[in-house]
Amino acid sequence: MALNRDFVGRASAPSAPYEVSRVKIKEFATAIGDNNPIYHDREAAQAAGHPDVIAPPTFPIVFSLSGGAILADPELGLNFAMVVHGEQRFEYRRPVHAGDELVSVSTVTDIRSVGRNEFITVRSDVTTVEGELVCTTYNTIVERGGAG
Amino acid sequence: MAATVKYDEVETGQEIPAADYPVRRANLVMYAGASGDFNPIHWNERFAKTVGLPDVIAHGMFTMAQAGRFVTDWAGDPGAVVDYGVRFSSMVVVPDDDNGAVITVSGVVEEKLEDKRVVVALTAKCADSRVLSKARAVVQLS
Repeated sequence: MALNRDFVGRASAPSAPYEVSRVKIKEFATAIGDNNPIYHDREAAQAAGHPDVIAPPTFPIVFSLSGGAILADPELGLNFAMVVHGEQRFEYRRPVHAGDELVSVSTVTDIRSVGRNEFITVRSDVTTVEGELVCTTYNTIVERGGAG
Repeated sequence: MAATVKYDEVETGQEIPAADYPVRRANLVMYAGASGDFNPIHWNERFAKTVGLPDVIAHGMFTMAQAGRFVTDWAGDPGAVVDYGVRFSSMVVVPDDDNGAVITVSGVVEEKLEDKRVVVALTAKCADSRVLSKARAVVQLS
């Protein structure tokens, strides 16, 4: 079933603040096999000029998909069983570091058909609770056969 | 925030030597836990086969993280990566044996930008398939 084009431009409510912890950064870095001391050791991070340990570039995937509520709306018509990840991008103003309290607002920016597949792109603007923009993520998922 | 690579010492077309990143089932279980993505296609062979996959496959975001490691290891300071995007073009199939799979990542400095930034184009392959396409990172050099 084709996705409902009326969803283009629709935005989520701001997420509850996500508190970035040293422990979570360490867990994520360990899971991707990365022992860079700037992820694991506050002193090493501070020596590199950061306020605390920073997170790997792909870390915001842990908390930025607050667009999930939009994607799960039955009016959109997305069949999750047929979904694969198409594209992903992270655009940074500054690195995410331990101690950040981050809020995501997700907006559907595009829905299009390519062959028999439906593509939907969600942009998430990630800010601190004080309103500083930290990064913007772009997530494109593909519903296989959705346009057929 | 300071990359160990100097802008003035980098040339367009410069290659960054390839590196291998092994992937075993245990890595996918750890990544599921750390990322919160518990889709069974990433750990349950029986389920993966019922939805038409050849076997368990790696999370796309796990593969993206490995190519990200390649860039951050080159840059020295991971905070120097200011933009990073990929398209997922093929699956990384991870068999349940002692070897698993291997993702091989290589890179080339594609363009020198203003403000001491460079674009690094990345190639990620597994078993002769390109698993990422349009993979680019913008890195702030010193």
